Amino acid sequence: MQDPTSVGIVTPQSVRFDAPLHLKSGAVLDSYELVYETYGELNAAKSNAILVCHALSGNHHVAGAYADQPKSLGWWDNMIGPGKPIDTHKFFVIGVNNLGGCHGSTGPASINAKTGKPYGADFPVVTVEDWVETQVRLADHLGIDCFAAIMGGSLGGMQAMRWTLDFPTRVKHALVIAAAAKLTAQNIAFNDVARQAIITDQDFHGGDYYSHGVVPRRGLRLARMLGHITYLSDDSMAAKFGRELRNGTYGFGFDVEFEIESYLRYQGDKFADQFDANSYLLMTKALDYFDPAHEHNGDLSAAFHAATADFLVVSFTSDWRFSPERSRTIIKALLDNELNVSYAEITSSHGHDSFLMEDRHYHQLVRAYMDNVVT
Amino acid sequence: MIAVSGATITRIVPYFVRPMPVANIDLTIMTATAAPIPPIASRPDFAAIAAWVQPGARVLDLGCGDGSLLRYLRDARNVRGYGVEIDDANVLQCLNNGVNVIQSDLESGLSGFESGSFDYVILSQTLQAMKHTEGIVREMLRVSKEGIVSFPNFGYWKNRLQVVFGHMPVSETLPYQWFDTPNIHLCTLGDFEAFCHQHGVHILERRVMNGDHPVSLAPNLLGMLAFYRFERQQ
Repeated sequence: MQDPTSVGIVTPQSVRFDAPLHLKSGAVLDSYELVYETYGELNAAKSNAILVCHALSGNHHVAGAYADQPKSLGWWDNMIGPGKPIDTHKFFVIGVNNLGGCHGSTGPASINAKTGKPYGADFPVVTVEDWVETQVRLADHLGIDCFAAIMGGSLGGMQAMRWTLDFPTRVKHALVIAAAAKLTAQNIAFNDVARQAIITDQDFHGGDYYSHGVVPRRGLRLARMLGHITYLSDDSMAAKFGRELRNGTYGFGFDVEFEIESYLRYQGDKFADQFDANSYLLMTKALDYFDPAHEHNGDLSAAFHAATADFLVVSFTSDWRFSPERSRTIIKALLDNELNVSYAEITSSHGHDSFLMEDRHYHQLVRAYMDNVVT
Repeated sequence: MIAVSGATITRIVPYFVRPMPVANIDLTIMTATAAPIPPIASRPDFAAIAAWVQPGARVLDLGCGDGSLLRYLRDARNVRGYGVEIDDANVLQCLNNGVNVIQSDLESGLSGFESGSFDYVILSQTLQAMKHTEGIVREMLRVSKEGIVSFPNFGYWKNRLQVVFGHMPVSETLPYQWFDTPNIHLCTLGDFEAFCHQHGVHILERRVMNGDHPVSLAPNLLGMLAFYRFERQQ
């Protein structure tokens, strides 16, 4: 029986853009494709659209499942659906795979029309600003002048913020969840270790591994294992795994012994099977470069001067990768500009991943906020 | 002598009322800003605060609870503002009420708020539950031109009577038992005015209520709830 709170079976769509895209790096992409999904119905006034921006390893498949794969639930299915906090009875929700990704939108593994080969190392570095630019074109394609809301967690929250700065008239509400106005040195350090793991893998071939028929699997696996540690909290890891041993006794060797080792290796393997290493490099770089205050001499309040949207900012107590302190920095800038903003700091033990978890209070907050969003 | 609403009355001090230090109180402008306020049946205290708030003002409501005061001020006074609240359930209610709320612990100050960024900072029935009384009053006057506080008057005669009979008071405005009360810094009107005097706080207006009724006679004895509007001593 189908779950009445699920958007049900979904089908991705794609759209090709042939107008050249001038990237922040100075590079130009002559054309590109974006793959996206939609849930709910766009109303006649086209005023009920919500854009969901994905994080590092996310994609356009936000809710529902694919026809032939019942286990292929979208990554934010607990948040989006009929009667869910983002209620698809009320809203028309769009999920999009970002440029440079590896789930259908043009990325490093796509064929470069100029060479007839995968882009590989030739795929330009993309920034959050570039993504927002491509999302604007998608909005134009769908006839959406102004989003009722743009939302995202982590890197997705950064895109929501960027929208409010670059296209203030095209977004009414921004839901910025478990995000930050810029990465800390520690964050960048983690990202660079992840990149080094990939780049120094001998199967990386300078990013052109496609033509060698290999993938830098070990590097990508390590990158994901490292990332995964930082998305969890010490407490949640202790509660879930503690010092549990797989075989109940020390083996005095280097095989998998502790449950946490087994879990991380499993997560690394799973990720390496489905993600492209070059896309991972690009996503981490987009994170590192995001810093709207940079163009304003480090003054985030000055950066938010352009914004007119209303904001809901949410952080999680155990998130040490994008800590509540990072969200409070955003709040300060929004308050300085007298913007409508609410901020909730949710008690959760799941670390950075909390934003993806089903938590009653968290979901009630989003629901309450969205109930007051006029379409 | 305290001038209230232009009239001059002599403060009557019953023999068991502790004398209040008079802290440069000028109450002549009381209700000067008052315009018709939509009634809110259950909360005369809201109307009392709203009467002091200029239309369109920027307001920060500390310990804003479920946001109903802010919502009332928005509807009655068209204020723009934010609530600060620590409790999860209240933060949720604020969102349900459609008011801005920042989840934060007042005890750690108002560092997220720029100096002078508000017209009024309101501390409605929260002062008595604050650990850092001096700190929060100082912070209120840093971020705002004016502060408004309300608190239950410990000097209310029913409270005194209960103490006389050997018990901690339990009443409408102090509904807790001694062992479960969040109120750790209860005070009387006299205590608060002395505090202001000692801390460079200039009281602009005072209003004392007993239920729906303003109290002008022996307020420290007959008043249940006290409201003060104040600014930094010039």
